[in-house]
Amino acid sequence: MHLAYPAVLAVLLFCTGLYGVLARRNAILVLMSVELMLNAVNLNLVAFDVWLRDTLHAGQALTLFTIAIAAAEIGIGLAIVLLVYRNRGTSDVDRLRDLADPPPSGQVPPDDSDDSMAAATDNGPGNGPGNGPDDRADQGTRARRQTA
Amino acid sequence: MSTAVQLAATGHGFLSPTGVEIAFLLVGIATFGAAVITVTTKQLVHAALWLVVALGGIAVEYLLLTAEFIAWVQVLIYVGSVVVLLLFGLMLTKAPIGRSPDADSGNRPAALAVAVAAAAALVWVVVDAFRATWIDLDKGVQGSTAVSGESLFRYWVLPFEALSVLLLAALVGAIVLSRKKVEEKR
Repeated sequence: MHLAYPAVLAVLLFCTGLYGVLARRNAILVLMSVELMLNAVNLNLVAFDVWLRDTLHAGQALTLFTIAIAAAEIGIGLAIVLLVYRNRGTSDVDRLRDLADPPPSGQVPPDDSDDSMAAATDNGPGNGPGNGPDDRADQGTRARRQTA
Repeated sequence: MSTAVQLAATGHGFLSPTGVEIAFLLVGIATFGAAVITVTTKQLVHAALWLVVALGGIAVEYLLLTAEFIAWVQVLIYVGSVVVLLLFGLMLTKAPIGRSPDADSGNRPAALAVAVAAAAALVWVVVDAFRATWIDLDKGVQGSTAVSGESLFRYWVLPFEALSVLLLAALVGAIVLSRKKVEEKR
């Protein structure tokens, strides 16, 4: 088989994942695009391992390690996304801009009109992300506590 | 022209692809199409389901490259667990069923430009570099379970064990991150 076939396919998949990472707004879709990029790398590793006939099979071993690390990454990433959703009420990466620089000369960025954005930014610096009082999940637990 | 003569002499045809190459090309087109739909569809759950098609296509490509063990690991871990985790994540963050108009952010044209430029540059470089390189798939299976297991447990034992510790730490970290605080309930 011509080596260019798997190499070109890996390039195309990687660039598809690159587009997804840059263009998607939902954090879980960004994670899906990262998975596509990792799979492109795995395809390259397997193709070059088979081409070089490596006696140590370094490419395939590294592919297995990459798959395991991707599984760990998706677990941690989803836990972080769920935590952000529980605290902020949104998982859009565009709205998580607490660390962004303030806009110059007092002009308001266009996304600020959303209520969830306002709720997200109403967190003062004293309220950590774990005890922000204004999210829906906390209200739910509070209501459940009152009924109990 | 001389390289073409040499290539023709070695038995690899430019215009006569083998059956494995044709199968690889067709599965690759399907995989790439599924990946494109994954990153462009407006329905979030459909994106996860098209990701199954893309990852399964990559597993078939592994099989065509005679890496059987990697292919089944891919099916088990990616299609079996990672996509299920992603679907759970979509459900738990109350992803809208149906078309969501704000699935793409505002920097979509810039992302498209970057991706197309990167794809053009990389395809050019890769095709130019490996124009005269062939994988010899006829000399036995490269990635059967026996071969993979032997190399993994003979030469790669220490990274394997370190990776198991990393996986355990990651899962414990995920549990700690995602559980609710106990002292809040008291």
